[in-house]
Amino acid sequence: MITLIAITGLGVLCLLFEILNWRKIIIPFTILGLLGVLGLIYSDFNNVESYYNNMIVVDKFGMAFSGLFTVLAIFIIALSHDFYAQQQGKLSDFIAIKIFLLAGSVAMVTFGNLAMFFLGIEILSIALYILAASDRLNLKSNEAGMKYFLMGSFASGFILFGIALVYGATGSFDVSEIYALSQSGLIPQWFFIGMILIIVGMLFKIAAVPFHFWAPDVYEGSPLLTTATMSTLAKVVAMAALYKLVSGLNANSSPIFEIVIAVVSVLSMTVGNLMALRQDNVKRMLAFSGVSHAGFMLIALLTLSAGSGILLYYTAAYALAGIAAFSVVIYVCKNKGNESIANFNGLAKSHPLLAAVLAGALLSMGGIPVFSGFFGKFMLFTEAINSGYLAVVLFAVVNSIISIGYYFKVILAMYTKESVVLTAKVPFAYYAVAVVSILLNLVIGLFPSLLLDLMV
Amino acid sequence: MDVTSILIILLFGTFATYFSGDKWAGKVALFFGLASLAATIMVLNQYLAGVDVNFMALWIKNPQVYFALQADGLAIAMLLLTTALVPVIIFSSFGNKFESAKSIYALIIFMAFAMAGTFLAADGLLYYMFWELALVPIYFIALMWGNGDAEKRKKAVVKFFIYTFAGSLFMLAAFAYLYQRSGSFLISDLSRLPLSEAEQFWIFLAFFAAYAIKIPLIPFHTWQAAVYQKAPTVGTMLLSGIMLKMGLYSVIRWQLQIAPLAAKEYMNVFIALGIAGVIYGSIVALRQKDLKRLLAYSSLAHVGLIAAGCYTLTLDGFVGAVLQMIAHGFVVVGLFFVAEIIYRRFETRKIAKMGGIRLQSPKFTSMFMILVFASLALPGTFNFIGEFMVLFSLSQINMVFAVLGGSTIILGAVYMLRMFQNVMLGEINTKLFADVTLQEGLTLGIIIAFLLFFGFYPNPIIELVKPSLENILININRFQ
Repeated sequence: MITLIAITGLGVLCLLFEILNWRKIIIPFTILGLLGVLGLIYSDFNNVESYYNNMIVVDKFGMAFSGLFTVLAIFIIALSHDFYAQQQGKLSDFIAIKIFLLAGSVAMVTFGNLAMFFLGIEILSIALYILAASDRLNLKSNEAGMKYFLMGSFASGFILFGIALVYGATGSFDVSEIYALSQSGLIPQWFFIGMILIIVGMLFKIAAVPFHFWAPDVYEGSPLLTTATMSTLAKVVAMAALYKLVSGLNANSSPIFEIVIAVVSVLSMTVGNLMALRQDNVKRMLAFSGVSHAGFMLIALLTLSAGSGILLYYTAAYALAGIAAFSVVIYVCKNKGNESIANFNGLAKSHPLLAAVLAGALLSMGGIPVFSGFFGKFMLFTEAINSGYLAVVLFAVVNSIISIGYYFKVILAMYTKESVVLTAKVPFAYYAVAVVSILLNLVIGLFPSLLLDLMV
Repeated sequence: MDVTSILIILLFGTFATYFSGDKWAGKVALFFGLASLAATIMVLNQYLAGVDVNFMALWIKNPQVYFALQADGLAIAMLLLTTALVPVIIFSSFGNKFESAKSIYALIIFMAFAMAGTFLAADGLLYYMFWELALVPIYFIALMWGNGDAEKRKKAVVKFFIYTFAGSLFMLAAFAYLYQRSGSFLISDLSRLPLSEAEQFWIFLAFFAAYAIKIPLIPFHTWQAAVYQKAPTVGTMLLSGIMLKMGLYSVIRWQLQIAPLAAKEYMNVFIALGIAGVIYGSIVALRQKDLKRLLAYSSLAHVGLIAAGCYTLTLDGFVGAVLQMIAHGFVVVGLFFVAEIIYRRFETRKIAKMGGIRLQSPKFTSMFMILVFASLALPGTFNFIGEFMVLFSLSQINMVFAVLGGSTIILGAVYMLRMFQNVMLGEINTKLFADVTLQEGLTLGIIIAFLLFFGFYPNPIIELVKPSLENILININRFQ
């Protein structure tokens, strides 16, 4: 609870700094503040408590994921200074929005009441709508913001309708009460209809097939840093919230649920990968690769009992690799006007470190050991086999092979093509974020127990 | 001192080589290669003295993964192959000028690290990690320092990567399944697992996907010739000399121990696949115009025979296969180095454009001759012993296999001698062939000395690997 208050307070302070004209210290201050938040999370990690009539329930799951979100937010904010160099006047707005986005994310994994959950998801979504359209004079960015807003509010509508039906069926918004009722077996059919609507809404947010159509366009149109935010932070948040919903509301008690999730998971992997193979634009490629990763993450929903640690691990591995990749992409595609793979030609010659980081990030996403992406995949496979989903694992294996195809397109461009001259100096923040995030990725790859044992 | 020291030396060597700069990288890499060889010999001594050289520590609690390294005779033999060949390979490359030398030498040492880890790992997941890790350096070596048209090279190398990666992923799925059955990845547990026949069949196939591509066996060999041809010679040496032995070693260590019933049931099929490789490789080699491609296909033929030896499930077959792995490792490195020596002078790999070297450089000619004879498994060379034992074990299974497998000697003689004739003999070429340098001569000399020494005195190696192979056979026969 105190973390949520601290984060919100930090956002308000950001706005105040603008009034006081302390624009220069906003970013260092927020990063320090968020590090403090991390400290708070660490210090009362083991406290399980509920606040305000169960509105917020803080447990290990919520704490662990809040920690991950905060780390990601720190990276994204660290990238902001140089990214918004042209728009310094609005810096405080962008930073404040990102911090509020983080507050929404934390609410989405610590809710104890569906109302709180909905508040969280709306805070997150509205922040993202604004960020998507934040490149005000760019037609594509406007289009992306509009599209995302329309699709997103449609999905929110689904979720809200679902919550209403669940309320109708159980007479409560409180997660633990709903759970108890659903266990008793005396529950009207529309509880499941409501759950399905909520899940559909969430699948929209994580861009799983067949609810993924908005993702490539929105990713492509949005400013690069927003794309990075959406494909790392927002996706991870939605996935964690979906997991918490499904396990918290006992929605998997219906047998069809597992089949549906398995099918959606396989479809997401396959369609995402096949589409990614055909992209020449790095943003679109990463968007589709994100769709396929969403498919992998959904496997965790099939193995609910052991899934939370693995989900945390997989999402952390994916998001850290994503941040590392995007910090390189942001530098390379700056002032280019497009994000074609050709921009990466010869990067290994001109910027060997950045090329190595990007290669590492892509190898992690492809699942090559020692990067943590490998362990994430492996643990999902093990758990899925344990729960008897051998067919899903086989699809996942085949998809891992396909994904190598497009990740290597970028690596090949960097290492074998003739170099395109990049004269702009690499800002220190980009280097720092890229290197630190790929190192974190490696560290959790070498010591998976660090994350896996958090929830035990 | 336990086996981790070897891995630590190589890992540290990777960074030291990279940071030593382009000028010194080669020498630093050679130093660390030799240091790892020295460490291996010390481990060997301790092993022979009965000291425990294994290492085991819990790495991940759930799923339970151990950082377990185990050195039995078989693993040490393969380790020796790796740490002995890597310095030779590095030394052989001193005549080449590499762009960004620090990177390529660091990658070579890193690859040695990964391969040594593969041979040592006693935990399935650890083993898989090393197995995959070895793929990354060779990918970059072949991609960035290779020769020929860049687009074609890219295609060949990416195909190679995707093939091998695809195969390995099936192995990973098999390990996930095995973990679910046994709750452990340790080979000591997995090799005692009472799996049903159907389970063994599928697991065997999953492993087979990984190994058949790596070795390569027919019909999974299509990546091989192009990659051998396009990769720089050091890369080809690493691939053919050591990396493909990872596949053969794993057949004995993992596949056969975990799923022996399937191996017994379909023994004839897998032996036949190996032998088909012998014949196919030899016939295709006959028609090659490019020296490196010819050697690639001859390598395909040899490893086919080694694989057939492994799948006989007899002690003779195993011992012969292991000896042949080591012998083939040295011979093939020597032969590819010969191709490189000629390329340094003639700047071509087309056999038709060579010739007349014998008159200009008799010393080189005789060394090449010995290597060709070793490749043909003439008595007196190390290769003879391994090949003979493999053929003997095949004859015990079925005489037809032995006869067909033995055709490697006749067909091999045809293509190798014809190649030798076209490359070395004949009138003096218009091009000048400068005599071999000291460094080149020394490299070839070391290889030849090794092959001849163990050709006459193979006992130390046989004694080293036999007990551990006997243990493996006990596990394989556990269902009777």
